Amino acid sequence: MAVASTTSTVMNNVEAVRNTLYEALKADDRTLILGEDVGARGNVFLITKGFIEEFGPERIIDTPLAEASIVGIAIGMAMEGLRPIAEIQFADFIYPAFNQIVGEAAKTRYRSNGDYTCPLVIRTPYGGGVRGALSHSVSIEALFYHVPGLKIVAPSFPADMKGLLNAAIDDPDPVLFLEHKKTYRLVKGEVPAGHYTIPIGKAEIKHPGDQVTVVSYGLYVHQAIEAATRLAGDNISVEVIDLRSIRPMDRTTILESVRKTRKLLIIHEDNKFGGIGAEISAMVVEEAFFDLDAPIRRLCGPDVPAMGYAATLEEEFMISTDRMANTMREMVAF
Amino acid sequence: MTTITMPQLGETVTEGTVAQWLKKPGDAIEKYESFVEVSTDKVNAEVPSPVSGVLREIICKEGETVATGAPIAIIDEVAVAGAGGAEPSPVAAHAAPAAVAAAPAVVSNGAPRGGNGSVNTSEVLRGVSPAVRRLAREHHVDVSSLRGTGHNGRVTANDVLAAASRGPVAPVAVTRAAAVAAPAGAGRSTYAAPVPGTLVPLSPARKIIAQRMVESLATAPHAWTMVEVDVSNVWAWRAKAKDRFQQEKGQPLTLLPFFIHAVVGALKANPLLNARFTDEGIYVESRYNIGIAVGMDANLVVPVIRDADTLSIAGLAIAAGKLVEKARAGKLGADDLTGGTFTVNNTGANGSVLSKPIINGGQAAIVTMEAVVKRPVVIADAIAIRSIMNVCLSLDHRVIDGTASNAFLNHLKKSLEAMGPTGDL
Repeated sequence: MAVASTTSTVMNNVEAVRNTLYEALKADDRTLILGEDVGARGNVFLITKGFIEEFGPERIIDTPLAEASIVGIAIGMAMEGLRPIAEIQFADFIYPAFNQIVGEAAKTRYRSNGDYTCPLVIRTPYGGGVRGALSHSVSIEALFYHVPGLKIVAPSFPADMKGLLNAAIDDPDPVLFLEHKKTYRLVKGEVPAGHYTIPIGKAEIKHPGDQVTVVSYGLYVHQAIEAATRLAGDNISVEVIDLRSIRPMDRTTILESVRKTRKLLIIHEDNKFGGIGAEISAMVVEEAFFDLDAPIRRLCGPDVPAMGYAATLEEEFMISTDRMANTMREMVAF
Repeated sequence: MTTITMPQLGETVTEGTVAQWLKKPGDAIEKYESFVEVSTDKVNAEVPSPVSGVLREIICKEGETVATGAPIAIIDEVAVAGAGGAEPSPVAAHAAPAAVAAAPAVVSNGAPRGGNGSVNTSEVLRGVSPAVRRLAREHHVDVSSLRGTGHNGRVTANDVLAAASRGPVAPVAVTRAAAVAAPAGAGRSTYAAPVPGTLVPLSPARKIIAQRMVESLATAPHAWTMVEVDVSNVWAWRAKAKDRFQQEKGQPLTLLPFFIHAVVGALKANPLLNARFTDEGIYVESRYNIGIAVGMDANLVVPVIRDADTLSIAGLAIAAGKLVEKARAGKLGADDLTGGTFTVNNTGANGSVLSKPIINGGQAAIVTMEAVVKRPVVIADAIAIRSIMNVCLSLDHRVIDGTASNAFLNHLKKSLEAMGPTGDL
């Protein structure tokens, strides 16, 4: 990553996002934030607390509960030279904005033959494991990753949150920026000071190993690393790749790792059918078939309409670290 | 429609073999009715049906071994024969496919393609991954000659690379060709009622026994030694106590628990007998899990008394009695059969006075109790009639030498001779 400074601070993911947004607002007058409760309330996770007092209601805009309008207005601002950062309060509420995101933002550059671009960031907290039930737990990446023209980013570590959010703000095209809400205060890490970016579309090996490759993103990266660390005690060597960006996908890092370990496990919280894992699996079979020494396996959310509120239902939906470790162990033994 | 999967017959069990189908496709099955017999290393179990219905398809043939969770049959619960009022069970129907989806795909139900592959070759090749194919071609390794270290004996990519680094290997086929063959066209009979001039097909248990015995003899150099033990006093003690024990505890009091008690003491004094040979070194076991060989009509099982050092003679008698009962009833679980650190074989129960046992794989030695025989012996220059038992020991000479094994046997002999004729069990 292009790091400008030598100092760093330990932050959680909320602080990393807040810090990055604050610096972006400071650095560029064209930057503004719009969404539900981002102003007076300071965002439901307090990410933008105090921003409206400092930057004023013209740059920190409290919108009505109308997601199609939030994104639609932001698209117009972006096309006319501003740098809007739209917030969808919870990813579960993004559906009304689907047409604006897929039908408009993603196609702007193509439709205008490059005359217009849409430098828009849509931030939204997603994911479960927080007793959020039907309307505060969904993963939405698979609904959008089918769409050319959209970039999708889902970092899991604070330093990546900052570097990738800066890259998303700088990007000339629309970026859907997904923040796993369970990692918000759970995950802490060193965040370098100053402005830096991490290229969108670049994964990172967070735990090196050589017997099985695990590809994941979001909350499950942390659990996969924990499982891999546990198995290292039994001389089982697991490589954990944090995708960080879902689209474009870092094929090189995945393929290099699979060619080394010959085994691939994909773990994500979103539903299994037609999920990100299906694309990774297909890509690896196309590119590295003769390097595979075991069937590719996926640990994903079950194909049920939503995550239940009851703790038992939520646990059934979420994948435990034990289950990850057991599957890794089975694959190494295969 | 419910997919039935290979059940897990014990905590550490990863695969099972279909021993016998109790139903044919088209047969009606009631919920909880046994419809297939499944066997693992040494356990046989009948599997009850989770639903009522008709057996639609047998996926896994008799004799085939698959991973736990792999599909073995499909039951159609719609067309229930006979008016039993059985309801389809959506819960069970849901649960089974989920288990299937989670299982790794190692099921084979296809016949070998083409006519040129022998059965053995297709068995070996069925788990050949793309990586193994490519590496085998690149390194000129014959996959069918390799012994796989993967799941279900699968040949892994690393196995191919290891073989390549060893250089050309003598193909296993040579040994196979030299193996003893039965006359072609021989009729069949069973192990329980063998008929001359016929072939007794190998049960899964028989195959495992054969394999384990060969492995043990081939890897552990066996040495053998024996002592005579005067068991007159302990024999008298047991005779006095046995009726009351049977009444109070409901288990017979044999010489076995006295013997195991003495064995544990001798193992504690000679820990190298309670050990196993590994490539890195001799692992000295921390527990005293004593396997007891139980012969049955068609096979042999060795259930394990765990932590025998924590049990009294009475406790050992009860534990052993229960394991023997379970063994005879065919109800031993895999967890009863694993984890042994040393084995006692009561060969004397069948009248043997001398035997040369084969060590249970992964252990350092095995000891036998031969038949108790009254014999004239010389005590203080006088001839007396005493009850004498021979105790034979086979030992893994990689682990121990004569010094340690004789120290063990002498300790065992002294403590047995010091037992009785009265005492607390």
